[in-house]
Amino acid sequence: MSDWAVSIENLGFRYPGNDYVSFSGLNLQVAKGERFGLFGPNGAGKTTLMNLMTGVLKADTGSVRLSGKDVNTSDKAANRLFGFVPQDFSFYHELSPAENLEFFGAWAGLNKAQIAQRTDELLNILGLEDVRNKAVDKFSGGMKRRVNLAIGVIHSPEIIFLDEPTVGVDVHTRHAIMDYLQMLNNNGTTLIYTSHQLSEAEDLCKHIAFIDAGKIIAEGDIETVLLQHRHETLEELFINLTGKALRD
Amino acid sequence: MFKLWITIKKDVRILLRDRIGIALMFLMPIVLVVVVTSIQNSTFQLVNKNKIPAVVFNLDTGKSGGQLIKDIDKIGLFKVLTLKGSNADSLTHYMDKTDAMLGIIIPNNYSQQVLAKAASSADKAMAEFNGSSDSLSTPTPTIDAFSVYYNPVLQQSLRFSIQGAIQSAMQLVESRQTLRTLYYNTNEKEMPEALEKEMLSADTRINMIAASKDGTHNTPNAAQHNVPAWTIFAMFFVIMSLGGSVVREKVSGSFIRLKTLPTNYAVGIISKQLTYLVVTLLQAAVIFSMGIWLFPVIGLPALNIPNDIFGTFVVTVVCGWCAVSYAICVGVFASTHEQSNGFGAISIVILACIGGLMVPSFAMQGLAKTLASFSPMHWCLEAYYNLFLEGAQLKDILNNILSILLITGAFQLLTYVGLKRKNLI
Repeated sequence: MSDWAVSIENLGFRYPGNDYVSFSGLNLQVAKGERFGLFGPNGAGKTTLMNLMTGVLKADTGSVRLSGKDVNTSDKAANRLFGFVPQDFSFYHELSPAENLEFFGAWAGLNKAQIAQRTDELLNILGLEDVRNKAVDKFSGGMKRRVNLAIGVIHSPEIIFLDEPTVGVDVHTRHAIMDYLQMLNNNGTTLIYTSHQLSEAEDLCKHIAFIDAGKIIAEGDIETVLLQHRHETLEELFINLTGKALRD
Repeated sequence: MFKLWITIKKDVRILLRDRIGIALMFLMPIVLVVVVTSIQNSTFQLVNKNKIPAVVFNLDTGKSGGQLIKDIDKIGLFKVLTLKGSNADSLTHYMDKTDAMLGIIIPNNYSQQVLAKAASSADKAMAEFNGSSDSLSTPTPTIDAFSVYYNPVLQQSLRFSIQGAIQSAMQLVESRQTLRTLYYNTNEKEMPEALEKEMLSADTRINMIAASKDGTHNTPNAAQHNVPAWTIFAMFFVIMSLGGSVVREKVSGSFIRLKTLPTNYAVGIISKQLTYLVVTLLQAAVIFSMGIWLFPVIGLPALNIPNDIFGTFVVTVVCGWCAVSYAICVGVFASTHEQSNGFGAISIVILACIGGLMVPSFAMQGLAKTLASFSPMHWCLEAYYNLFLEGAQLKDILNNILSILLITGAFQLLTYVGLKRKNLI
């Protein structure tokens, strides 16, 4: 049994038809139970790396293993281990939260009873009980974020990938989401998180990595990394590592 | 099975909340079938029931002109309206006024010319009888050409039939006169009417039998053509909802999540096929029901349901599956909703045109006829035609069904290749 929740070895990837190599020889390990933050400027490759870790994209070279299981095997064994909360709202807007959870729960491998139980739990915890049967397309951005999160965790995964889970939400919703993620981590769930909200990341993450142009430019325990680079906040460190030039 | 069931529930819920999609799939074909059947009904009635209205100007002062009109009337193809007039302008004016398809002017010296020709032919016959060898070299008087005016909407094949019918009436007038002259020259008295009738009437009768497989004779009417045709069109038009649904799922964030879950996307594709197959069966049920019960109420011919109900059901299922497979195939290859809807709508109209839904394929020639074989709608329509018009049983249309299944298989294979190439399954 692997001690690593995520183990990336010698990863190489280039988008088809694109001369630009996104990753080449990338190595990264994330321990089980970790709260891991992945940061970088726009276009640095965060979302691409997230998609490679979740099997949405297939690596050209190297491997990505989740708890020792390769993400690109045909039996999708690794897919049972993790949940994914993409940056975009990844659900059916015509359906209600309960209907979305029923569908995605079934596709995640839960049976009818498990779906019913987890739906009640999640809607209650995330404050969506009153709107459980209303179509999501009428919801506010914050409510949609919570639905997005609920779907990603319905099957109680060991690892959760979160791609900017709090973008565009108000303070209350951000706190609700962060509190819930902390609770999951306290119960042993590994969190892999990307965000541009660096102050929020300081509160949530224990371990971080900065990437830019497809390379890891700093990595380690958050206090250690700040100490090494003689900065007090992640934002200062971010500017120092990536410069002030605007990125597309 | 649980995953498939939940996925079907999801697809049905999304479908039921897509009111525009439902309207396109049900209301549009219903409106089309009623409107097009109503318009075509008058054309079918013209061919099947109504006589062709014909205006005749008889300028002839003798008896042959009147006789010709009677003989034309007896053919049974025309509704003859004899009016007074003298030139082409007034004839076309009357044709326009009376909605006549045909106008005939009988020349004023027609009887004289018929008499002259009959006398010449009779003289030659007598001379031959008496052993004169050079009688046939004597020139026979000719009869001036008739001018027959027609409405340009008359198709060429129908014009040829009309021309043949008028010529047979003219032949009868000339033969009658020749026979009378010959009889008079021989017997020096008028020919008895009974004998004339016996000599001129054809005893060889023609029994017209419909070449249906069960011996029944269902006359092709607007309903028999349009109901199956627009049912097929409606089935294929699910592309507007289904193709869009596949694209929407692909381009929306939900697809990213689906790819990360431990379930093959093939489950999603199978669910869509089953859901929309039921939609196509419902479309057929609705449109067929309209043909049977609503059409007679609004003055249109009722749809005659084939004897082989099971065969009809099998054809409907196979056609529906083919339509759904095509829609999913287009949805898989389209990158945007606009591509799917644009290509989908245009391709359906083209396939309907070359498949014989708008112009019957038996009226096509050359390349168009060859192209028809490539339209799945052609095979669907042929299968329905066999059932609705020829009284065929399921065993009689297995070739049609096999063709549809082959095309469906090709769509399924293309879909698989598309999904595999895009790393979706």
